[in-house]
Amino acid sequence: MIRIEPRETPSRWWTFGIPVASALLALMLAAIPLAAAGANIFEAYGQMFKGIFGSTFAFTEMLTRATPLIFTGLAATLAFRAKLWNIGAEGQLYLGAMAAVAVGTGLIDAPGFILIPLILVTGAMAGAAGMAGPAYLKTRFGADEVVTTLLLNFIILIFLQMMLEGPLKDPMSLGWPQSSPIVDAAVLPQLIPRMRLHWGLIIALVAAVIAQIMLSKSVWGFKLRAVGENAAAALHAGIGVKRTLMSAAIVSGAVAGLAGVSEVAGLRGYLTTDLSPGYGYTGIVVAMLAGLSPIGVVISAIFIASVFVGADTMSRAMGVSSYLADLVVAMSLICVLVGGFVARFRIIRTNKGES
Amino acid sequence: MSNSLVLSLNNLSKRFGTVVANDTVSIELHRGEVLSLLGENGAGKTTLMNMLFGHYVPDSGTIEVADAKGVMQPLTLGHPQAALNAGIGMVHQHFTLAENLTALDNILLGSESLFSWRHNRKAARKKVSEIIERTGLAAPLDEKVGNLSVGERQRVEILKALFHDARILVLDEPTAVLTPQEADTLFENIGAMTKDGLSVIFISHKLREVLAFSHRIVVLRHGKKVGEIATADADERVIARMMVGADTPTTPRDTQTPGAPVLELDNITVKGKNMRTSLRAANLVVRAHEVVGIAGVSGNGQSALAQLVSGLISPDAGEMQVDGQQILKFTPPAMLKAGIGRIPEDRHHDGVIGAMSVAENLIIERLQDPAIRKRGFLQQKYIQENAKQLCKDYDVRGPGIDADARLLSGGNIQKLILARVFECTPRLILANQPTRGLDLGAANEVARRLLEARIRGAGILLISEDLDEVLALSDRIMVIHDGHLVEANTDDRETIGLMMAGEQV
Amino acid sequence: MEVLQILLSESFWNATLRIATPLIFGVLGALLCEKAGVLNLGIEGIFVAGAMAGWMAVWLGFGLWGGLLVAAGVGGFFGLIHAILTVPLGLSQHVSGLGITMFATSVSYFTYRTALPQVSSPPRIEPFRPLDIPILSDLPFIGPVLFQQTAMTWLALFMVALVWWVLNRTPLGLAIRAVGDNPDAADAQGLSVYGLRIGAIIAGSALMALGGAFLTMSAFDSFFFGMVNGRGWICIALVIFASWRPGKALIGALLFGAFEAFQVRLQTQVGAAVPGQIFLMAPYVLSIFALVIVARRAEYPRALLKPWFKGQR
Repeated sequence: MIRIEPRETPSRWWTFGIPVASALLALMLAAIPLAAAGANIFEAYGQMFKGIFGSTFAFTEMLTRATPLIFTGLAATLAFRAKLWNIGAEGQLYLGAMAAVAVGTGLIDAPGFILIPLILVTGAMAGAAGMAGPAYLKTRFGADEVVTTLLLNFIILIFLQMMLEGPLKDPMSLGWPQSSPIVDAAVLPQLIPRMRLHWGLIIALVAAVIAQIMLSKSVWGFKLRAVGENAAAALHAGIGVKRTLMSAAIVSGAVAGLAGVSEVAGLRGYLTTDLSPGYGYTGIVVAMLAGLSPIGVVISAIFIASVFVGADTMSRAMGVSSYLADLVVAMSLICVLVGGFVARFRIIRTNKGES
Repeated sequence: MSNSLVLSLNNLSKRFGTVVANDTVSIELHRGEVLSLLGENGAGKTTLMNMLFGHYVPDSGTIEVADAKGVMQPLTLGHPQAALNAGIGMVHQHFTLAENLTALDNILLGSESLFSWRHNRKAARKKVSEIIERTGLAAPLDEKVGNLSVGERQRVEILKALFHDARILVLDEPTAVLTPQEADTLFENIGAMTKDGLSVIFISHKLREVLAFSHRIVVLRHGKKVGEIATADADERVIARMMVGADTPTTPRDTQTPGAPVLELDNITVKGKNMRTSLRAANLVVRAHEVVGIAGVSGNGQSALAQLVSGLISPDAGEMQVDGQQILKFTPPAMLKAGIGRIPEDRHHDGVIGAMSVAENLIIERLQDPAIRKRGFLQQKYIQENAKQLCKDYDVRGPGIDADARLLSGGNIQKLILARVFECTPRLILANQPTRGLDLGAANEVARRLLEARIRGAGILLISEDLDEVLALSDRIMVIHDGHLVEANTDDRETIGLMMAGEQV
Repeated sequence: MEVLQILLSESFWNATLRIATPLIFGVLGALLCEKAGVLNLGIEGIFVAGAMAGWMAVWLGFGLWGGLLVAAGVGGFFGLIHAILTVPLGLSQHVSGLGITMFATSVSYFTYRTALPQVSSPPRIEPFRPLDIPILSDLPFIGPVLFQQTAMTWLALFMVALVWWVLNRTPLGLAIRAVGDNPDAADAQGLSVYGLRIGAIIAGSALMALGGAFLTMSAFDSFFFGMVNGRGWICIALVIFASWRPGKALIGALLFGAFEAFQVRLQTQVGAAVPGQIFLMAPYVLSIFALVIVARRAEYPRALLKPWFKGQR
C-alpha cells in the first residue's frame, strides 16, 4: 500500500531546490518534442544557449523579454497570496497600455519627468480597475473570479480592437489597426545605448522589492497572507476579508497594468493587438515557479524569458517551431506543481507487518 | 443472549511516528451483545475501530470475524471493502452521508454493481422498509439528507449499515449529538436489533449510558486495554478510576458575588437559514465574576449565539449591550474593541492560521495596536518578545515561536488561543466548546484559566454540549432549544435534560 | 420588425443548434468533472487539442469517426494528467487546470507546426456533412432546423441524454454524485474515490475534446490558431449557470447559441451604425452576467475544489 504523509517541516533546501529542479527538468523534457521534430538535440540546446548568452545584445534582449514577465508574475503572486485567482493579467496589461497610449500620445504636453510618472500612474489605475471589477463581483455576488477574469481578457482584447479602429487609431497608419506613437517625452529611456533594454526593467525590479517588503513586513501584507491562508480565521480575528481582497485585487491589477505601460512606452512606442504574446498567462507560471515570492519572481521571469528568447533563436537557426518555448513553459508549471507536492508530502510504501 | 463468538481482535498494535495509539489490544464480541468501549479522548478507541474497519493497517495483530454460518474467518486488513463484506458496519461520530442525495440514495450507495444500467429501487425500498419495521428506525427515505434532523441522519446511517447486512455494528459516540430522550429511543432501537442477533460495539465516554445499556465494558487508556468488566459488576466510580488511572482532581472554585452586567442580550432574534443558525427573542445577562453556561443539544442555536457575540452576524431584531454600551456594529473588530474575548468552537478552522507562525497568530487580533504597528509596518521585535513571553506564561509547547501554528497539537493550539484572548484582559469571554477534543490535562488548564478570569472580574459565557462541563463550571445555567434561551434555575441533570428536549418544566 | 424576421427564419434556428453543439459537449464534460468534485480548467486547451487531433487524424486518413475517437482519446489523455495532479496528489485544481490548458495548447500548436512547417493556408478535410434524412429533412421549418444538422450535433444531443441517464439513473452516477458531495460517504461504502474521480475527469475531458473536434470537423474543415477563442471558459460559466444539471446545460448552450446566431444576423442588418466589436463582446459579457445572477443560489457540489486524501478525515 502507498500512503501520503505531510512532511513536518519542509526544509529550506526544498523551497529553492524544487523550482530550480522543475525548471531544469522541463528544459530537459524539451528534448522529446525536439527529437520528434527531427532536430539535432545538442545543436538545438547550443543554439538556445547562444540565443541568450551569445552576445550582449542577446542578453539584453532576454532581459527586455523578462521585464513584462516580472510585472505579470508579481501581479499573479500578489493575488494568489490572498487566494484571489487573478487570471486576467493579460487583459489588465492591455488596459494599462491603452491608458498609457490615451495619455501619452499628445493629449498632454509636458516634460518627461511629469509625463512618465503620469502614464505609469494612469496605466496602473486602468489595470487596477480591470481587476477591481471581478473582485467586486466576487465579494458582492460570489461570482467566481477565475471565470470572470478569463472572460474579461477576451472582452478587453475586443475592446482594444475597437479602440484601435476608433478613438486611438493612428491616422497615419494607412488602415492598419495601431495607435499613434507615444510622444518622445513619455518614452521610457533606454538603459544601454543601442540596446532595446529600457527603464521598465528598473521599475519592475523596484516593484519586486517593494512587494517583497510589503508582503513580509507590513500590516497590509500580514492581512493579505492571513486572508489567503485561512479566510475564516482571519475574519474571526477581526481582519476585513473583503477589504483585503479588494486591496489585493487593486494592487495586483495595477502591477499588471504597469506591464502594459512598460511594453508600450519602453519597447514598442505604439499599441497594437499583438503587444503581448500571452504575458499575462505566462505570469502565472512565473509566479508559481517563484513559489509566490516576489524576489523569486525576478529569477523565474529571467528563466522563462531565456526559454522564449533561446527558443526563438533556435527556431530561426534550425526551423523547429518556436511553440517549443510555450511547451517548455507549460511543462515547467506542471513540474513545479508536482515538485511542490514532493516538498510538502512524502509518499510512503507500507507493507503488511511493517510501518 | 447466545454465547457464540462473532468478532475477535487479537493483540492489535498501531503506532503513529513515536506515538503508540494501540498496544496489543485484544477484544472479543459475542452474538447479540452490546459491548461498551470506554476511554478518554486519545485513549485509542477510534484508532482501534479504524483498524477493524480497514481504514488503518495494524502494525501487528489479527482480526477474526464470524461468517454467515458462524465460522470464524481471518479478516483481510486494511481494506474497508473486506470489513463491509464481513458484515461490519460503522456509524461514525461525524456522519458519512452525502447531503445532496436522498436518504434512500445514501443507503443504496455502493450496494449495486457500478456497471449496471439502472437501479433496482423497488427491491431496495422493500428491504429498507422491512428493516425499519423490525427495528423502528424511522427516517424519510425520499428527503435529501441535508434537510434531515441530526437524529434522523443517525438513523439513516444505521439503516445503511443494516441494509448492507451488517452483523456487527460499531457506534462511535452516537449520543453526543442527541437529547437524552432521543438517546433513549436509540437505545430502544438497539435493543430490538440485538434481539435480532446483531452485535454492537458502543463507543462512549458517558458513564451513565454505558452502565444502563451495555452488557460488558472494556476500558482503554493510553492505547492499552486496562480493564474489562461485566456491566452488572460495575459502577461509575470503578469505571471512572479505570479510565483516568487515578481520581480526577476536581477544579477548585470559590463563590464569587456577581457584579454589574457585562453582556446583555435583549430580545435578540436571528433569522438563520435553519434551526442551527437561528435565535428567537433570546434574553441573556452575564455579570462580572460569573460563568453562565449554555446547555443544549448541538444545533439548537448555539452557533447563532456564538456568531452573534463574535460579531460574525448581525441580529434581525433586538439589542445587545456590552458593559452597558449598546453594540451598533456587529463585526469582529467592534466586539474586540468592546472587550469581548472569543474562544472559537472550531479552533483549527476559525482560531488559528495554520500556515502562519505561532508569533504571528498571537498578535492577529491586535493589528491596530500601536505596539504592533508603526506607520503600517509590523514591529518584529515586539512581536517576537510578546510570543516568547506568552508561550512561557501559557505553556504553549511546540517547535518554536517561528514555526507554523499547524505543527502544534490541539491542546497547544487551544493554549495559544487562550494566551491571545486572556492577554487582552477581556470584560467578557465567549468560550465555545473550549475543551472539546482536548486531553484531560489541557482541559483542566482551560477550566482553570476560565475560573481565574472569573475571579479577576470577567464575565464568562460558556457554550458546551458536554453537560458535565456546564454543570462543573457554571454559576448559572441556561438551556438553549430551538433558538430559545431559558433559565434553568437548577443543576438537576434530569430536569435540564428535559429542557434540552424542549419540554416545559 | 427586423428582429421578428430573424427569429422566424429557419437559418437562425439552424445556426443556433450548430453554434451550441461544441458548447454542449464542453458543458457536459465540465459538468461531469465537477459533479465528481474536480474543476477542470484544462477545458480550453483540451478544446484546442481535440480540434487539432481530430482534424489531423482525418487528414492522415483515419476517417471522420476515427478522427472523433482520436480526439476523444487525446482529450482523455490530458484529462488523465489533470486527474493525477488533482486527485491522488491533491494539487490546486485552478493552477493544474491552467497548466493543462497551456500544455495541451502548446503541444497542439507545436505538433501542427512540426507536421506542416511551411503552410500558409492549412489543408482542408472533407468534414461531416448535414444529414439528409428522407421526409424529415424536407419538413417545413423543422426539417432545416433539426434534420439538416451534422451527425455531431445529434451525437451531442444524445450525450445530453446519456449523461443525464448515467448521473441520475445508474449506480455509477449515484457514486459519482456521492464522490462530488461527500467523498467520505463513498469511501465508507467501499467505493474508490480516486477511481471514480479520475474516471469522471477522463470521460469529461474526452467530451470536451469532442467539442473541439466539432470546430475542425463539422463547423469548419481545417485547423486555425486561436480558433477555440474562449469557448472553453464560456462552458465553465455555463456549468454554473446550469446548476450542474445536464438538461439545464443543454438549455444554457442553446440560449447561448441563439444569442450568437441572433447577434450575427442583427449585425448585418444594423450595419456600420454600431461597431462590430460590441457584438463580438456580447457573448463574454453575457456569460459574466449569467454567472453573477446565479452565483449566490447555485448549488455547488459540496466537495468541489476540495482535495481528498485516503485515510485522512
